[in-house]
This record gives sequence, structure tokens and C-alpha cells, in this order.
Amino acid sequence: MKEGLLSELSAPGRQGVMLPDLDVPEAALLPESFLREDLPLPELSQVDVVRHFVRLSQENFAIDTVFYPLGSCTMKYNPKVNEEVARLSGFSQVHPYQAQETVQGALRLLYDLQEYLAEITGLASTSLQPAAGAQGELTGMLMIRAYHEAKGQGHRKRVLVPDSAHGTNPSSAAMAGYQVVSVGHDSEGDVDLTQLRELMGPDLAGLMLTNPNTLGLFERHIVEVCNAVHEAGGLVYGDGANLNAILGWAKPGDLGFDVMHLNLHKTFSTPHGGGGPGAGPVCCRDFLAPYLPGPVAVRDGDGRYTLRQPAEAVGRVRSFYGNFLVLVRAYAYIRSLGPEGLRQVAENAVINANYLQTRLDDAYQVAFPRRCMHETVLSASRQKAHGVRAWDIAKRLIDYGFHPPTVYFPLIVHEALMVEPTETESKDTMDAFVAAMLAIAREAEEDPALVQGAPRSTRLGRLDEVTAARKPRLCWG
Amino acid sequence: MTYVPNTQADRESMLEAIGVGSVEELFHDIPSDLRQPALHLPPALTEMELVAQLRAMAETNADLDHNACFLGGGAYHHFVPSLVGQLVSRQEFYTAYTPYQAEVSQGTLQAMFEFQSLICDLTGMDVANASHYDGAAALAEAALMAVRITGRERIAVASAIHPEYRTTLQTYARPLGLTVETAPAMPPGDLSDYACLIVQQPDFFGRLQQMGGLADLVHQAGALLVASVDPISLGLLKPPGDYGVDIVIGEGQPLGLPVSFGGPYLGLFACRQAHIRQMPGRIVGETVDSRGERGYTLTLQAREQHIRRERATSNICTNQALAALTATVYLAAMGRQGLRQVARLCYHKAHYAADRISALPGFSLAFNAPFYKEFAVRCPLAPAELNRRLLERRMIGGLDISDLVEGGWLVCVTEMNTRQQIDSLVDALAEVTR
Repeated sequence: MKEGLLSELSAPGRQGVMLPDLDVPEAALLPESFLREDLPLPELSQVDVVRHFVRLSQENFAIDTVFYPLGSCTMKYNPKVNEEVARLSGFSQVHPYQAQETVQGALRLLYDLQEYLAEITGLASTSLQPAAGAQGELTGMLMIRAYHEAKGQGHRKRVLVPDSAHGTNPSSAAMAGYQVVSVGHDSEGDVDLTQLRELMGPDLAGLMLTNPNTLGLFERHIVEVCNAVHEAGGLVYGDGANLNAILGWAKPGDLGFDVMHLNLHKTFSTPHGGGGPGAGPVCCRDFLAPYLPGPVAVRDGDGRYTLRQPAEAVGRVRSFYGNFLVLVRAYAYIRSLGPEGLRQVAENAVINANYLQTRLDDAYQVAFPRRCMHETVLSASRQKAHGVRAWDIAKRLIDYGFHPPTVYFPLIVHEALMVEPTETESKDTMDAFVAAMLAIAREAEEDPALVQGAPRSTRLGRLDEVTAARKPRLCWG
Repeated sequence: MTYVPNTQADRESMLEAIGVGSVEELFHDIPSDLRQPALHLPPALTEMELVAQLRAMAETNADLDHNACFLGGGAYHHFVPSLVGQLVSRQEFYTAYTPYQAEVSQGTLQAMFEFQSLICDLTGMDVANASHYDGAAALAEAALMAVRITGRERIAVASAIHPEYRTTLQTYARPLGLTVETAPAMPPGDLSDYACLIVQQPDFFGRLQQMGGLADLVHQAGALLVASVDPISLGLLKPPGDYGVDIVIGEGQPLGLPVSFGGPYLGLFACRQAHIRQMPGRIVGETVDSRGERGYTLTLQAREQHIRRERATSNICTNQALAALTATVYLAAMGRQGLRQVARLCYHKAHYAADRISALPGFSLAFNAPFYKEFAVRCPLAPAELNRRLLERRMIGGLDISDLVEGGWLVCVTEMNTRQQIDSLVDALAEVTR
């Protein structure tokens, strides 16, 4: 059913919420020059508002309604108990500027979570401040910069980023004032070690690396890659977007990473919220800890928790201490699963992805045919021969009741379909998804128009994105 | 607890289909000496145990359900109608991600279009994005945007912007070789070398400044005017679009989000039509589908990191979508009358409190300036000590700003403070300073 805009549902005089009368004497009003004349907000009754948003919600696909294998986004089930604990008034109704004696429980949670994330990554220290993965990346790159400058190495201006990297990596490096140089990949999907070695030099600040990479593959030369960067005086930044694949199976610190972010809304099950909020804590080695943005939580000798700014902090990257209620959920998740549970997360995520890859590799081209980790990247190159593109396959999956995978990323794979099932899906779901993908592959050969015209099951057909960008209409005014 | 549905039998049959004898074989690309390290974490908990432990932790915090709150400074305790939490908790919103696939994301997309529209209505600006992390990060991004537009590398900041916002701005500015300088109070001096002037209305101390003519001075110098605003105050105050602001940012937390020990919050970001292609962040636009029906989609993506990589307007990807949805539901529920009423209640109650407190011996208002819902008081007792004494009476006192204003205490009053609470505060202040 088509749902009108709030502005169209408005009628003068309707009110959704009533507030108490003023219970103090009225003060003199401000001079008119400070006051607004009209407040052009919609006017709706409460039931209007409720129906409007419930109806809108029904137009979404979500993890709680369908399989959502959006590659690189780790769309795992979000445990409901985590929502309940995040709503406890002792967490949600606490002001960030309250005296520290009155928030010891909140500070303890921050402190413990810092320690857990450091343990999971095999690194020494954590700042929970960054609001999302991209902000974590910027933070990490600023720390690398501060470190080089402190050592009189401010001339190190170049950052290497593999061509398979998320777009946030080069963008974050540029925001940290770095010059970005792309590194290629070899025929097996790993970083091209020869090219990497050629790119070393006295102006190297570091390398940003995702491992497993965005092809869903574990970088087999990881130790050599990190060694090469370190020998050249650079540092290695880790994009933790794909940490889900190696939880409890490898620690990035052991592999050679110096500083990295984690996406708590991916690996640690906090809800994606239609695009956020996430949280992008940063973990680092000892020698980088003084540069972490603060404040961070510390425990004094007497067991009291306080907030402290690290000595050489790169500053702060936002107000207060991070997306606290997201941190509460991640904390609850880690406590629920324990060490063995976290290891099983990685195991099952990897089994599911390899199972999908195995079942699909007759009908679809697997981009790099070797064992994958938590996700598999397919190419629609065979289907393209019939005029069916990755985009069409994605849209056709909607008609089969699945959220599409990530498409056209990584950029180095032609007609990419990036499928990440996660550990919270069953073999039954994998089988149903495989059946749909195989059916679509047949349709692509036999009736390409059927796939090209998808979706047909949704209220709206394909949206005209070209007109949207050419003649932007961005508000109802 | 486990959330893995596969049984042992499922796993075995899947491993067989894959063609491996064990799970370990799937992890062989990890160097063997680094594989399966010890993980020193506390043992797993069942849901019952987890809730009990977290409840105990939460209960050691003093919360605003059990203590009257007079604390603000960038995080505000406002009323949140019940329907806000209920609607935002719809799992179809909650457990979706960025609406890359428009046909199965119309709920999120239309709500974001409505969010952008409501922020435009509130601020008087032409366009808004679909959210930023928080007010401080939004302010930093607004400055970078002004730098891109003007090609200038100096940023002027009014002295009374939130100190954490200024620190955040410096973090973002420093690596790009940009300088952040404090502008003199009105008139702001010669800005012909500056990308922008950043002001906050009401400022960090709650004061309101006359904005008439400021935009003209800034624009004559070829700079942009950036304003940081409190969205609740805009139920009463002149929208920044009316006094010539080019980029408006703000902390959207007061629009239906609990104070939450500092996050998640909501960065508001709006600008003039002319500058949309330099705006950071996701934007939703209206369009039509293949049959000509109205629909919504992410748009102007050529600005963004996933397309433009190191040349993007910002690295932002994940934003605060659910917080933006919260603000949308809040504004829809409050509506024109409700928001006006909230804004009015804050104003009058804050002035009642200010009158009564400043009449106490030893207390005085720190500034002789119009204010909105916060005001700075000079106290006869150290503010930290004052707050300790108030806490014994189940009151969370104002912000200690004695590092900025001698004996300074920043008091915030909202619609949540009843007359009885304000009178009790005044009585308590009289008692502890007697």
C-alpha cells in the first residue's frame, strides 16, 4: 500500500502528544528579533503517526524477516536480550557529564570492553570513542601520523591501500592528510608481494589492510607483508570489517597489525539500524597507546574507574565517550558467547560461506577459486553473456524472498556478487538460497527478460536513480 | 549462549559437501603457529545470568529516572513520548542496513526523506543529509566543507562553542594543514582569509547572540557562516536559515534520544542548495519507479567514498540512521504544537530557576545576556562540592565550568523539571551555602 508523506497526512489542529501546563510564572519574552514566526512542522494525531511508521517498516527487508547476505556487512542475527540490557535506565538514563563516582558501573563496562577487545585482537590498548568503522580508520591513521611525527619522521606521507579495499580506506587516509597509493593483487587474490616491495621507501607511512580481504580470502602472505612494511619503517593498519571470520582463530596483533578498528555492528551483533549507529573502537600496540583518542576508561589501584586522556592523544573524534549503548550491546554479546562461543562464530560463518561457494560454483564464476573465509565473491560474467548483469540477479533475488548480496564490490571483480551468509543462518537457509541462485542462473539463459525486469513482487519496480541524481528532490518543501 | 542454528549433523554434511575432513582445514591459510591462540575472556553466560549481571552494573549508576537533572552542556534530558521507542523498535527498521537496494528499503528511505525534510523545516535550510555521527563530528565536517567550497585554509571559531566540538574540529583540521582560530566577538574582524566563521546559538553558556547582519559581514569577506544549533530551541527561536547561515549543524540527541552516557547521538547537517554537491554523508532523494510511481532512493552518491575513494567529500559510510528515524518519529509525534510547547516550557522554567537562584545570597548570573534553557551561575561554593551535596538530595547539579568562568556552574532546565524540583534545588542551594 502506498504511504503518503507526513506532510501530506497533516491537518491543522491535530496533536500527537500533550505536555503539562506551565507551572511557573511566565518570564518576559525574548525580543522579537530572536523569535521565529512560523513553525512549519506537520500536525498528526498519535494513531496517524503510529500507522505511518508501522506501514513504512513493512516496506523493508531486514534480518528479522529474510536472509540478508550483504557481503562485507556481516548481517548476523541481533540478540534481543542485548536490546533489553541497553534500555536499562542505569545505562540509557545516565548523563555523560555526571560525576565519575555516580557512573562507576558504566565506566567499568567501558574498561572491561576495552580489555576484551584488546584480548580478541591481540593488541594492547583500546579507545571506544570512534562512532563507526570509517571514523575508526581515520583515528588509526591519525595515530600513525602522530607516531611518525613524534619520531621526527613527519616526511612519511605515503599510505598504501590494496585495490580490493573498502572505499573508506583511501578516503580515511586522505582525510588524515596522506597521499594514497594503490597496491595490486596477484592471481590468487592476495596482495601482490612483488609490487608491494617495489613501493616501499623512506616516505612510506604505512599500509591499510583488510584481512580476510574483501574477496573473502585470508591473506596468505600476511606475515611477509607486515614484515616488509615494518622493515621500511611503516606501520600496518587493520580494517577489522571482516574480523568475524577469524574470531578466536587468529589475532590480528599476532599477524603483525599495529592498529586496527572493529565494527561492533558487524562482528559483535549490534543492530545495523537501517544504516547505523555502529561503533568503531580502535585497538593498538603499546607504543601507539599514548596517541589513542580519549577519554579512555582506566582502573585505579583501589578498583575505582576513571576517565583519562592518553598523554599524546590525537584529540577527540567526537563528543563524549563513543556510542555507549552500542558498546553495552557488544559487551553483552561477548559475555553471552564467551571464548568458545566466539570461536564457533568464526567456524560456522566460514563453513556456511564455503558451502555456498561449493554449491554455486557450477552455475556462477567464483572470482578466486580457493577456500574462502566468511564470504564468497562470485562474478556474473557467465550470465552477462546472456545480457543479465549482477544488478539484475540482485533484483531477481528479491522476488525469491532474499535480500540481495553486495554487488559491484570489490571493484576488481567484474560483475561482482559478494555473498556473506554469517554464522546465524542454517543449512536450510543456505539450501533455499542456493536453489534460488540456481533457478536465476537458468532463467538468465532461458528467459533473460524475466531477470532483467525484476523485481516484480515489490510495491515499486526499479527506481530511476539517474533522474534522482540529475534533478535532486531532497525534501518536501 | 549460542546463536548458531546448525546442528552437528548439518556441519558434518556441509563439510562433506565442501570436501574437507575437518573445520580446521578451512583455516589452513592462517599460519599454523598463529592459529587458534588462547582467548582469555570470561566464560559464557546464559540470558538469565547476563541480565542479572548487567542489571547489577547498571544499578550502580545514578540515573535520571531517580534523580532530578539540572545538567546539560551538549546532552539534554527531554521528554520522549512512548510511541517513539515502540515504533523505532520495529525490527524491520532496526535490523536492516543502509538502503542500497531501494525496492526493499522504501520504509527506511521514505523515513530518511522525511527526516531531511523535517530538519529543513526546523532550520529553514534547503537541504539536509541523512545524519552524521554527532554534533561535534558534524561541526568538523562542516568546516572541511567550507574549506572545499572557498579554497581557504583558515577556520574562525566563536569563543563560546562547545569545547569538545572545538577539540574535535582541531583533530580533523590539523592533518590537513588547516588552522583553527578564535574569532573576536561581534564584529568578527576581517574574515577575508577564512573559509568560515563558526558560531553556536545558543552558545556553550546558554547565551543568545543577535545574529542580524552577521551573515552579511561574513559573506562580504567571501567566507561562509556555519551555525551549531539546539534543535529544541528552534521551536521558539529564529531558524538559522532566516539569518543567512550557509551550513547548519547540531546535536540531534534532544529529539527523542535518551542521554545514554553520551551516545548514540545524532549529527544534524543542513546547507544551502548551491552547496549540495560538497555536502558529506548519505542523502535520500525522491524519484519514480519503472511504472512512474513515486519512490525514494539514495542519491548524489558520486560524492561518497564507495565511488570516489580518496577524492570523496568524506569517509563517512555507516551513519546514525536509527537515531535519525528516532528524531523523525519524535518530530512527527510532537508536531508543530508539541515542539512549540516544549521549547516554551524550557524557556520559562529556565528563567524561573535563574531568577530564584540568582536571588540567593552569594549566587549571581555570570553573564548579562539573553539565554534559552541553560545559564551560567557564579557560586559561593566550588561547583564540584555543590554537586556532591546535591547528589545526597537526589539531584544531579549543573556542569562545573569553573575552569572557564570563575566559580562557574552551568545549569540546564527543561520541560522535565517541575516547579517542585526547581524549588527543591533552590532550597538545597540555600541550605548548603548557609
